Amino acid sequence: MREVAIIAFGQTPNRRKELHRNDAEMVAPVVAEVLKGVGLSRRDVDFTCSGSSDFLAGYSFSWVMAIDALGAWPPIQESHVEGEAAWALYEAWVKMLCQEEIEVALVYGFGRQSMSSPREVMVLMNDPYLETPLWPDTISQAALQARALLDAGLCTERDFAEIAVRNLRHAESNPLAQLSGRPDPDALLETPTIASPLRKHDCPPITDGACAVLLAAGDRARELCNRPAWIRGLAHRIDVQALGRRDLTHSHSARLAAEAAGAIGTRVDIAELHAPFTPQDWILQRELEITEGTVINPSGGIHQGNPMMGAGLVRFGEVAARIIRGEADRGVAHATQGPCLQQNMVGVLEGE
Amino acid sequence: MANRCAVIGIGQTKHTDRRLDVNHVGLVREACNRALEDARLPWKNIDALVIGKAPDTIEGVICPELYMAEALGMAGKPLFRVHTAGSVGGATAIVGTELIGAGLHDKVLVLGWQKQSESDITWALSPNLPFDPPLMAGAGGFFAPHFREYIRRSGAPDHIGIKVAVKDRRHALRNPYAHLHQPSVCFEEIRDTPMLWDPLRYGETCPSSDGACAMVLSSEKFADHGSARPAWIHATEMRSEPTIMPGRDEVNPRAGRDCAAALYKKTGITNPRKEFDCAEIYVAFSWFEPMLAETLGFAEPGEGWKLSDSGATSLEDGGDIPWNCSGGVLSSNPIGASGTLRFAEAALQVRGQAGERQVDGARLALAHALGGASQFFAMWIVGSEKP
Amino acid sequence: MADAQKPVTYIKTPIAIHYDYSIGTGSSTFMRAIREGRILGSRCPDTGKVYVPPRLSSVETASPMSELVELPDRGVVYTYCIVNIKFYDQVLEIPYAYAYIVLDGADSAIMHLIQECSVEEMRPGMRVQAVWKDPSEWTESLENIRYFKPTGEADLPIDTIMNQIRKKSYA
Repeated sequence: MREVAIIAFGQTPNRRKELHRNDAEMVAPVVAEVLKGVGLSRRDVDFTCSGSSDFLAGYSFSWVMAIDALGAWPPIQESHVEGEAAWALYEAWVKMLCQEEIEVALVYGFGRQSMSSPREVMVLMNDPYLETPLWPDTISQAALQARALLDAGLCTERDFAEIAVRNLRHAESNPLAQLSGRPDPDALLETPTIASPLRKHDCPPITDGACAVLLAAGDRARELCNRPAWIRGLAHRIDVQALGRRDLTHSHSARLAAEAAGAIGTRVDIAELHAPFTPQDWILQRELEITEGTVINPSGGIHQGNPMMGAGLVRFGEVAARIIRGEADRGVAHATQGPCLQQNMVGVLEGE
Repeated sequence: MANRCAVIGIGQTKHTDRRLDVNHVGLVREACNRALEDARLPWKNIDALVIGKAPDTIEGVICPELYMAEALGMAGKPLFRVHTAGSVGGATAIVGTELIGAGLHDKVLVLGWQKQSESDITWALSPNLPFDPPLMAGAGGFFAPHFREYIRRSGAPDHIGIKVAVKDRRHALRNPYAHLHQPSVCFEEIRDTPMLWDPLRYGETCPSSDGACAMVLSSEKFADHGSARPAWIHATEMRSEPTIMPGRDEVNPRAGRDCAAALYKKTGITNPRKEFDCAEIYVAFSWFEPMLAETLGFAEPGEGWKLSDSGATSLEDGGDIPWNCSGGVLSSNPIGASGTLRFAEAALQVRGQAGERQVDGARLALAHALGGASQFFAMWIVGSEKP
Repeated sequence: MADAQKPVTYIKTPIAIHYDYSIGTGSSTFMRAIREGRILGSRCPDTGKVYVPPRLSSVETASPMSELVELPDRGVVYTYCIVNIKFYDQVLEIPYAYAYIVLDGADSAIMHLIQECSVEEMRPGMRVQAVWKDPSEWTESLENIRYFKPTGEADLPIDTIMNQIRKKSYA
């Protein structure tokens, strides 16, 4: 199998609201940054793929204008996934595996969820006949999952708070993080619930942002990067969506994806988990069999920011960046979409 | 070197303006069940599903494939969603081809669909955003000025658009799945339909359809599994160009020319008109046929209208390069599926499964899908011989 | 009783979502200027092409575009369309023409309404001039220009103009 690596990663500072720039204007500097970092121009990119959501943007074909930020002239090979950009990474990886002429690929994701209420908008990501009319918002759905964990005696609310504490502490060393700090878990538990048992610290921040990674194959990766983060395994799986038809204390598809990616039973230094809600972090640790020696979310995880449609790609970028910088040798990255960890992608990245 | 990939099963729904008898799941399963039956495979033998659909605003559900995962037999398996505007159906097939090309899977179900009756399609396609004066509505209004420019540039006579529409609608009469069946369709009938966006008449525009199209793609190992001989995928190609660029030529987009050139180069095609037995080309409005004939190398610049005028693209007239024997996008347009339909209909031809719309002895066919502001191109070549 | 026996075939579920929409920095610059009756474009440092409305970066080369150019409110018709169809929030009487207009000194075309011209007189190459609303009505919108009308001057060779623009491409 052809060797493909992530050789660069960039993102906008994670901000509550991108007031002035539109999607294309947000994407352009991030793309420029990753290319400049490895000394490439846009013409050196053989394939481009992006992930975003029309509904988040509020109009159809919203991703099309972002292409105008890429300098797509002469015309480029380009594709788009509707949803989380980590799946755009997957498409680029697959293309590179079977097309030798694709040596460098650009993957980017973006979203300005502050424009509306994501809690409202994402209700539409449900069965329109039986579920959407009840308006199950993402926080309430995650709360159901948290409740399932508590009722099964698997977790306490303090466990959830400690996940937030860990993320926030790690985020302190991340200059682009939206949230960071050293709150006391007990103090967090005193705060009011938003949707019981979830409190503000258990939930993702609202973030506008864009992110990008560059992929390169084989020797081209070695030319461009001193220590490419090789993709040793990459897989995604999906579960049934309806919450009542799943054991919410598990994410079966996360487990299957991790197995297929070769992430189970293997030592990794770092793990970046795309867990929008703290209880989901706990579930993923279990499904991916994350062991004690592994540092979880050194970037700060979702608390560093939740640029929706890009947050999963950011996890891959953060693992890759640490490998590239020599701060880690082997890491696992995870991305999710769909309510309560319905669909999951897991990748194993390694430096030489 | 990519693994070979073949189409071993094809299925589609009866496309129509409103499928009140099925919900989303019912619609897509109708196409998938037919494709699986054709491939002689049960649902559980599919390794992965690639699903393509144009904007989710059309059905009012964000990523409906997520809630449909179980009904699509994908619980515990990989499901992937593509959205590249109008060309999505083609891009979806290409992603499926690559999953097999990369050796990741052996049997991939590729599905394109759209249920356009479920919201206001005009709004969904051209929502009037703040600060933009509301000048035009609908895709036809966007393309009409470019058709006018084509007519001016090429000197094409006014009747060409009508002729193309008549041809595709007559082809559709041979296709039981096509949305528009107009037994009385003729030149005068189309000519007398209301002029909507001059030079485009109502009769020259695509319908808005509910529909789905599915294909089972397989690796070489399973290529003979289907109920008809496999359609081998010889090459695929995609190109995109910016939306708004000073000097962009929407009449003869470079992305289209580059896409076709790269595709032909991969397979050694030098004379598409002569070497293909037929083509399924994304002609949503009549004038796209002569324009795309030039962009895709079937005619010299300025001469595309002569191809349409001569009857060369008509199956009924015994043309040597029939275009859109299925009736094309002009006869059925569930946007997310339209590209898949082009790719699938080309495969049907080389498998000898096209029934009354069959081009005798078709062995090599071209399929093309178009999206956005004439900016997204997805194409493939299928043949009855192994590449 | 008859109604109770009819199977349900669909349910109407109206959805309303509110968005705070921002058009971005480039277009905002354009809108603020047009509020004062000025039309702005930006120039690509690599090709020299002038974009209207301005953009932060060149669509062709991705280079940042910081040079703003002020443009006159007159230009030439590239191509056009005559609308004969009523759509739901249409405010104009049919038939009406809208056109792609290349303003003098610009390389990209803007789309706007053409009036004071019969549909038979519409043609590519026609010289046109903006007709503005009263300045007291000006806001951040291209609708400050009510429409473009023919100036009566000799037509311009639009083919030549467009070919010249295309030649400026970087590739």
